Amino acid sequence: MASIAKSWLCASCRRKTSVSLAAKSRYSYSTASRHDRPLRMAVVGSGPAGFYTAYRVMSKVPKTKVDMFEALPVPYGLVRFGVAPDHPEVKNCQEKFQEVASSPDFTFIGNVSIGNTGGHFAGCTIPLASVLHHYDAIVFAYGASKDKKLGIPGESGLQGIYSAREFVGWYNGLPEYAGLAPDLTKGDEAVIIGQGNVALDVARMLLENVDVLRKSDITEAAIEALLKSRIKRVHIVGRRGPMQAAFTIKEVRELMKLNRVGFHDIDMSLMPDEISKLPRARRRLMEIMMKGSTANVDEALKSWSLDFCLSPTEFLGRPDRSLESTVFERTLLSSPFDPSSSVASTTEKLTIPSSVAFRSIGYKSVALPGFDEAGISFNDRKGIIDNDGMGRVLQINKDESSGSHLPGVYCAGWVKRGPTGVIASTMEDAFSTGDAIASDWNSAAPFIKGESSSGWEALRAGVEHGKCKVITWEDWQKIDKAEKERGLLAGKEREKFTSTKEMLAAAS
Amino acid sequence: MATPRSLARSLQSFQISSFQSIAQLSRPALSSRGKIRSNSPLLCRPRIGASLLRQFSTSPLRQHGHIHPPKPGEELYVTFIDKEGKEHKVAVSKGDNLLDIAQAHDLEMEGACGGSCACSTCHIIVTDEGYYEKMPEPEDDENDMLDLAFGLTETSRLGCQVIMTKELDGLKVKLPSMTRNLQASDFGSKS
Ligand SMILES: Cc1cc2nc3c(=O)[nH]c(=O)nc-3n(C[C@H](O)[C@H](O)[C@H](O)COP(=O)(O)OP(=O)(O)OC[C@H]3O[C@@H](n4cnc5c(N)ncnc54)[C@H](O)[C@@H]3O)c2cc1C
Ligand SMILES: NC(=O)c1ccc[n+]([C@@H]2O[C@H](COP(=O)([O-])OP(=O)(O)OC[C@H]3O[C@@H](n4cnc5c(N)ncnc54)[C@H](OP(=O)(O)O)[C@@H]3O)[C@@H](O)[C@H]2O)c1
Ligand code: FES
Repeated sequence: MASIAKSWLCASCRRKTSVSLAAKSRYSYSTASRHDRPLRMAVVGSGPAGFYTAYRVMSKVPKTKVDMFEALPVPYGLVRFGVAPDHPEVKNCQEKFQEVASSPDFTFIGNVSIGNTGGHFAGCTIPLASVLHHYDAIVFAYGASKDKKLGIPGESGLQGIYSAREFVGWYNGLPEYAGLAPDLTKGDEAVIIGQGNVALDVARMLLENVDVLRKSDITEAAIEALLKSRIKRVHIVGRRGPMQAAFTIKEVRELMKLNRVGFHDIDMSLMPDEISKLPRARRRLMEIMMKGSTANVDEALKSWSLDFCLSPTEFLGRPDRSLESTVFERTLLSSPFDPSSSVASTTEKLTIPSSVAFRSIGYKSVALPGFDEAGISFNDRKGIIDNDGMGRVLQINKDESSGSHLPGVYCAGWVKRGPTGVIASTMEDAFSTGDAIASDWNSAAPFIKGESSSGWEALRAGVEHGKCKVITWEDWQKIDKAEKERGLLAGKEREKFTSTKEMLAAAS
Repeated sequence: MATPRSLARSLQSFQISSFQSIAQLSRPALSSRGKIRSNSPLLCRPRIGASLLRQFSTSPLRQHGHIHPPKPGEELYVTFIDKEGKEHKVAVSKGDNLLDIAQAHDLEMEGACGGSCACSTCHIIVTDEGYYEKMPEPEDDENDMLDLAFGLTETSRLGCQVIMTKELDGLKVKLPSMTRNLQASDFGSKS
């Protein structure tokens, strides 16, 4: 989608930024009498990491003022655009986020992305350097906006190959993928590459009875496409074995219990002999895979399998460039019953017919424009902001050794730890960042010394001058209400707006 | 049954509620909040966390969770041992669950999924095996979430699923630390 992002700088920032950027100098920091005034903190991203960090700091440092920037007009990150529509109870964490947002010391600034080059975000953009000028502290909690690639032939040239991030974004109404229109009518076999919980979410969407899904907040477009779907057989393929699988038991159990959906027996040679001696969580997971589905495969309408020890090597297409099959190479586990076992490749190949394939091998975070200038160290290989484990961001060091903490700069969530972990672990992680900020503020640790600590008050004039619409919390509540009203008409919990244009219209 | 329990639970019973949090009342022009409500007897409803509200508003209107004040003479006692090792003994009524009780008394128990058995942030450890044995066995759902809980023990339970009964009078539970101590090796190295 073409970007209409507007970038701007307030006059004082323009002067400062051009100087500091040209000189590539690090911004200065202060330890001055901070206890005389409230902590002013910017949070980049409104997912669980952003909200739980804000919550923790606001609870521990009285009168902290938080400004939360969100690139989209709507809050909650992957709770809205990742968590499966048939898992509404998981989204109950939004209650806490609403509670945080209702504080007079909290300001939501939606449709405003920090340092984003444009991309799919159609809203306003504030350069990172400007933000740094007006706060004591900044927390990067912007999640993972890309996904990992396999890097095998056919991956980008054929039709019918989707990343899980695209597909999940599409059925959850993420504006970026509103137009994805995946074709599920080309054949009856689907392949999902990767064996994490996201892969199981994708499988459940393909296998679940649409009448169950239609009462959730899944988009109408997704309902229509799923109604037309011809997919009857789903392969969830992993490069390692059952003892190494990344998915968790609750999600497997859900699939096993689907009405008239059968599970093909797993390869028992990969199972340890004495399951009963395994640690509790592994044991229960192995047991449920061995027990199989409630429905009998022979009588089921649809079926699925967990195919282990297969690593994809190539996608093959038909003359019309649509996907026909996926080629895998069999792998050999160095230690089949060790959860951290590595695999070696073999020469044995296996081809699975696939009219559609999903790549579900993980999301990926990227650095924001302006990191280099600000001296923020981003680890491209791990896809995280370098930090001390408590969320204190490390400075770029020329000599490649671990840098020291960049005063006032913190991170939390997937961008801190990498793209794994459920909301509970993201919360724990955000709390540890929050604790670090509180303890730094209450000790003599240095923070950012910017132009002022007047935060959004200093920045807003410039943004509004740029004529792009900023979404306040009250605006979001209007969008929320409108979506619920649309939902009521459709007999579902919520009918999401799938374009930022519609969202902005509902807010005005 | 075909329908996954979780979906049936929340979807059959969703309703728009006009309930507003106390903190919200202090802000003008707010619309009512939609809530997914559950009416399964096993599950408690989402609630407003008390501690933050205390921070933000000094309003005497503040409500405690969804617990019932015990009738005189019918009090049951439960003791929470917090992360600092401090004991908090509280009088409660039959039928209330440990998540609601902890939150109503401002003890640090997150309950991110609002008591729907979908997050494991209400993990507690029963200190006395005898009491653990007196509780009805955890269902598959609870065990599945417990499998993900950090620091799982033989007597771990999910607070939102433990309902106070007469037999549990005198129960003692520990609140495990929520922020795990990250290993330096998890991070630190800049490779
Ligand atoms: C498909 C899927 C399903 C999941 N299901 C579950 C589940 O059922 N249960 C569970 O416990 N966990 C689930 N998870 C995991 C859970 O979603 C994550 O643990 C959590 O959302 C991570 O939080 P975060 O705040 O780090 O990132 P995110 O939730 O991604 O939030 C980041 C936010 O930052 C915003 N942003 C990005 N760039 C910018 C910028 N430049 N400026 C301003 N804002 C920006 C984004 O728009 C987004 O709103 C799921 C994850 C996925 C991918
Ligand atoms: N219901 C829920 O609770 C829920 C739902 C969705 C997501 N989540 C959470 O969100 C997080 C992200 O989930 P995720 O599924 O995206 O990631 P994940 O759990 O890390 O799983 C990624 C999968 O992709 C595989 N993989 C990675 N690179 C590969 C390659 N090059 N070739 C083949 N396979 C490859 C991995 O195999 P290896 O192990 O061999 O690397 C693994 O099976 C997880 O923590 C998950 O639990 C939770
Ligand atoms: S509150 Fe989420 S599992 Fe108990």
